[in-house]
Amino acid sequence: MNSSTTLRPPLGARLPPVVSERLAKKFSRNLKERAIEAVLFLAAFVSVVTTAGIVYILVKESVVFFAEVPLWLFLTDTQWTPLFDDAHFGIMVLLSGTITSSLVALCVAIPLGTTIAVYLSEFASPKAREIAKPILELLAGVPTIVYGYFALLFVTPLLQAIYPSLPGFNLLSAGIVMGIMIVPTVASISEDAMRAVPMSLREGSFAMGATRLQTAVNVVVPAAISGIAAAYILGVSRAVGETMILAVAAGMQPNLTFNPTEPAATITAYIVQVALGDLPHGSVGYQTIFAAGLTLMLLTLFFNLIGFWMRKRYREAY
Amino acid sequence: MAANAPESTSATAPAVRGTTGDIRRLIARAKRWDVIFIVLGILALGVGFLTFLALFLDMLIDGWERLRPEFFTQFPSRRASQAGILSAWVGTTLVMIVTAVVAVPLGVAAGIYLEEYAPKNWVTDVIEINITNLAGVPSIVYGLLALGLFVYAFGLGQSVQTAGLTLALLILPIVIVSTREAIRAIPAMIREGAYAVGATRWQTVKDHILPYSMPGILTGVIIGLSRAIGETAPIITIGALTFIAFLPPSPVTADFPFLSFEWLRAPFTVMPIQMFNWTSRPDEAFHANAAAAGAILVFMTLTMNGLAIWLRYRLRKNIKW
Repeated sequence: MNSSTTLRPPLGARLPPVVSERLAKKFSRNLKERAIEAVLFLAAFVSVVTTAGIVYILVKESVVFFAEVPLWLFLTDTQWTPLFDDAHFGIMVLLSGTITSSLVALCVAIPLGTTIAVYLSEFASPKAREIAKPILELLAGVPTIVYGYFALLFVTPLLQAIYPSLPGFNLLSAGIVMGIMIVPTVASISEDAMRAVPMSLREGSFAMGATRLQTAVNVVVPAAISGIAAAYILGVSRAVGETMILAVAAGMQPNLTFNPTEPAATITAYIVQVALGDLPHGSVGYQTIFAAGLTLMLLTLFFNLIGFWMRKRYREAY
Repeated sequence: MAANAPESTSATAPAVRGTTGDIRRLIARAKRWDVIFIVLGILALGVGFLTFLALFLDMLIDGWERLRPEFFTQFPSRRASQAGILSAWVGTTLVMIVTAVVAVPLGVAAGIYLEEYAPKNWVTDVIEINITNLAGVPSIVYGLLALGLFVYAFGLGQSVQTAGLTLALLILPIVIVSTREAIRAIPAMIREGAYAVGATRWQTVKDHILPYSMPGILTGVIIGLSRAIGETAPIITIGALTFIAFLPPSPVTADFPFLSFEWLRAPFTVMPIQMFNWTSRPDEAFHANAAAAGAILVFMTLTMNGLAIWLRYRLRKNIKW
């Protein structure tokens, strides 16, 4: 190093590199670049602010609520009558509606979604897949209020024809329609998982004389199981957070039941019911919706985290 | 060997002779299950499509008599036959304008930052996890956020601007994710070419990355907006009124400066809320109105989603780097 620098003429080393004026390093341009980067960063940071805002609002209002209603009563009381004189705040009542309707939805979405996923990934021709997937996407794009109308005024009368004692509002029809609504989610995520299984596994199975269905059931599905499970869990999380179908078709009467043929309110339907009325800001009734919202948020967060973790696992598998 | 002793080994002979045949029969039997499953798969798809068809037709038939030009030019009314969706579709349009104006620049900027600028550190990780997580938050929770923050803390009121901001936050993850996907599809050589001739990062983004990813971004924006059009729960939560028999102040005024933003603070109603209101009335005459509003909503989201799918299809076909 030293010898080479001594060999070079000292003057030449000090000469600036030959660049045009427009490309030369400029303070103003550097500043502009930095400013733009900062603006873009702030835009990306909005998501963090949103999450922080959600947590702050839910916790802030819930803290006031739990100062008045002890947590253990919130979790164990079997009545939910926050607007009555004899107020009870048992979240179990709303939770039972949420759980029941979600279970009905899963009973519809899992078999249908999995069958569609296996069919599209292992049997359908590329052309059929090209047509079927966008149509499924359209199905997922229908507004949920429209599904609610459909559940209340089409599916319920249909079910009443089979089962006459079914009440006009019930968890069953809301759950079934909700299940159909989440079929595209379940189908498309599980299909992605199955398509990520390397072809060599299928070829090995075919070489042993296995048919397509045997390969699908014994090789592809087990290999993609964590992705498929993630799809189910995301389906659960959508069902738990679904609002309008239940608010329209399941009635808004709090009811501690696990019987899908009864009307019942879910956590989400309760929030809608309160929001539709005129509750003064700061009243206990107003705070209940934040406590209910916090419960809902924790519930879906739990499912989303499991789903996220499972998807991560299957991505690393191959 | 089996052929040499036809009598004594009759029990084993057919088995040995028939080995290939047995396997073929076994496979044939298993293949029958393949056919059964294909039928099942098509049936499952059919259930989805038929539901969709039933839903759309049901709504068209129920609402057919109300789907007249007057339906679009009348305010909601106590009488079902005179009620229309004028305030609802105007409200939806205004809210969508606010949503798009807020969500598109924010989402695209965030997507550009995460793809082109973000260093690999924990801050970036936090942002990415947040976006994934926000995409899974139930929409009604956004409504609670808006109620606590926009309506009461910021005092924006139960207005067009509150609804627009809420829906913008709701669709932000969709816009960000589609922007990132569109940018990721651009090969590195485009960037390298731009840097090689001396472009700065922003020049590269502005002149190359953004134009090339535009169709992909547009697809995401359309899907996001079509989701926002149908969202009901968060707007109910912020306390939007269901009976609005007037229009927000016009954005264009007669006096200087000819533009007014009063409409941002106006109370409003939107299509899904109007539909919810009509659906939940016991009077069956209003159900026809709900069906008509629903048919229009489905038609709107269908058109937007169809446009997005078509755009994406065109994109995949036409792009050759």
